Amino acid sequence: MHSMLIIAGKELRESLRNRWVVATTLLMAALALTLAFLGAAPTGTVGVGRLEVTIVSLSSLTIFLLPLIALLLSFDAVVGEIDRGTMTLLLSYPVARWQVLLGKFLGHATVIAIATTVGYGAAGLALRLSGTEIDAEGWRALGGMIGSSVLLGAAFTALGYLASTAVRDRGTAAGLAVAIWLLFVLLYDMGLLGLLVADGGRTVTAEVVNWLLLANPADTYRLFNLTGFQNVSLYAGTAGLAAQVQVPPAALLAVLAAWVAGPLALASFLFSRRQI
Amino acid sequence: MTATDTTIDVAGLTKRYGRQIAVRDVDLTLRAGECVAMVGHNGAGKSSLIKLMLGLTTPTEGSLRVLGADPSSAAAAEVRRRVGFLPENVAFHPAMTGRECLDFYARLKGLARAGNDALLERVGLEPAAAKRRVGTYSKGMRQRLGLAQALLGDPRVLFLDEPTTGLDPALRQGFYDIVRERRDGGATVLLCSHALTELEGQADRVVVMNRGRKVAEGSLSTLRTLARLPVRIRLTVAEEAYGALAAAAGGLTRLPGGVVELVCANDDKVDVVRRVTCTGVALTDIDIVQPSLDDMYAHFLRQDAAE
Repeated sequence: MHSMLIIAGKELRESLRNRWVVATTLLMAALALTLAFLGAAPTGTVGVGRLEVTIVSLSSLTIFLLPLIALLLSFDAVVGEIDRGTMTLLLSYPVARWQVLLGKFLGHATVIAIATTVGYGAAGLALRLSGTEIDAEGWRALGGMIGSSVLLGAAFTALGYLASTAVRDRGTAAGLAVAIWLLFVLLYDMGLLGLLVADGGRTVTAEVVNWLLLANPADTYRLFNLTGFQNVSLYAGTAGLAAQVQVPPAALLAVLAAWVAGPLALASFLFSRRQI
Repeated sequence: MTATDTTIDVAGLTKRYGRQIAVRDVDLTLRAGECVAMVGHNGAGKSSLIKLMLGLTTPTEGSLRVLGADPSSAAAAEVRRRVGFLPENVAFHPAMTGRECLDFYARLKGLARAGNDALLERVGLEPAAAKRRVGTYSKGMRQRLGLAQALLGDPRVLFLDEPTTGLDPALRQGFYDIVRERRDGGATVLLCSHALTELEGQADRVVVMNRGRKVAEGSLSTLRTLARLPVRIRLTVAEEAYGALAAAAGGLTRLPGGVVELVCANDDKVDVVRRVTCTGVALTDIDIVQPSLDDMYAHFLRQDAAE
């Protein structure tokens, strides 16, 4: 446990040093603030509920951006260290391989958590300071979005680690990371949509769709944020969908957590068998 | 020699990567307080053997014990606390300073960081250099930092893989001073190198590796006897005396600078020198050249190829 924290601390310190933390935090904050103040323009002069509008647009964008950042941060984590020769040295120390993997993951997940919490939190705070009324439900929705965003980032970081341990070459790992992003973020939904249209509602029931959505961390995240809070789903136009979704928010979070643990466990298994 | 003296015990060790055999059927025993040099070409299996001993890879066949435990087992973490390793082309995280790197590795070994300044000083990294990022380091400085981390926690076993490549001669000398100090302190030092000449006088034993196999093992003098390579006697002498010398000692080879060379077996050298001096020829200088490690290494490789 202790060795894991030492490695996580080193990873975080390195990310601070090479400006990853600053860059991602600024990116997240800039995005959140832009959406908070400009993204509300389409709703005209209606002041109330601007936070909910922000949450809708922000979570939609998070689905595209955060997995990309997470994969960029993680695809090189194992294969790169093996390539540079730092892994050989690290593994000659009294640490188990799973400790190395989880330690590094923890460091990278912390980078994502800092960037998301500070970046999105800044948007909420800025809205509040500019005079927007935010009720308890709104704060909860924002908190829920930040928390689930961290989980989403962690899930794709874990998938990036899986890519990084599964292959022998940095280039292949990068390609695999891009493929993971394309698959989960773009192609999956298109495929699902195509399936629904082609099927015409004959065999693919609402329940099947629910399960299919849970099989993708990005969709699970979307379900959680767009249907989990009533005011938000009102603005997202997903209130109808929310009535259809039978999965409680807590279960959605559990599914996201499983998307963190699953790939990480598999990566840890592959790494333990790897000949370096 | 008691069993507790043995730090590394390798028996019938084979390592295959797919169809390629990196190490084949190697037996090797290393004891506390000795410095053993492993020599061989690139790809002779030296680094593969070290990786096996560190538990980075698992043996295909054979048994391997380092400080009494299997290095690839779960119990190996305790063993690795007492092992130091300097990899070939050592690399560090470029964004961290030298001091931070060493602190990180010290913490992983569960050591206090207090001794790190002294350790950096011992390997010759100035305090100012230790505060700089590793990315700015020269090859020699990286190597020194590499040695410092290998020495953390006063290890019982030291693996040094090509430790002196890229070091200038003065640094090399300092490097071997530290190695000798550790060996005298009772550590086992396993040194890999293909810079053979500089190993003379450093290693208690030499292990010659070729294509994954151990082809010869022993002290330098044992290997010399085994190889039975000829000794060269070089004489500086006036040209008029060549005839008399040739009559007394046989075939001469002329070298530049008024030097002639006689070649004879190691056992005959005393006899040849006596015969040369008996001729009464005025010798300006005499030089007996023993076969170098390079010569012996080449010999064992030729022998291995012939088998």
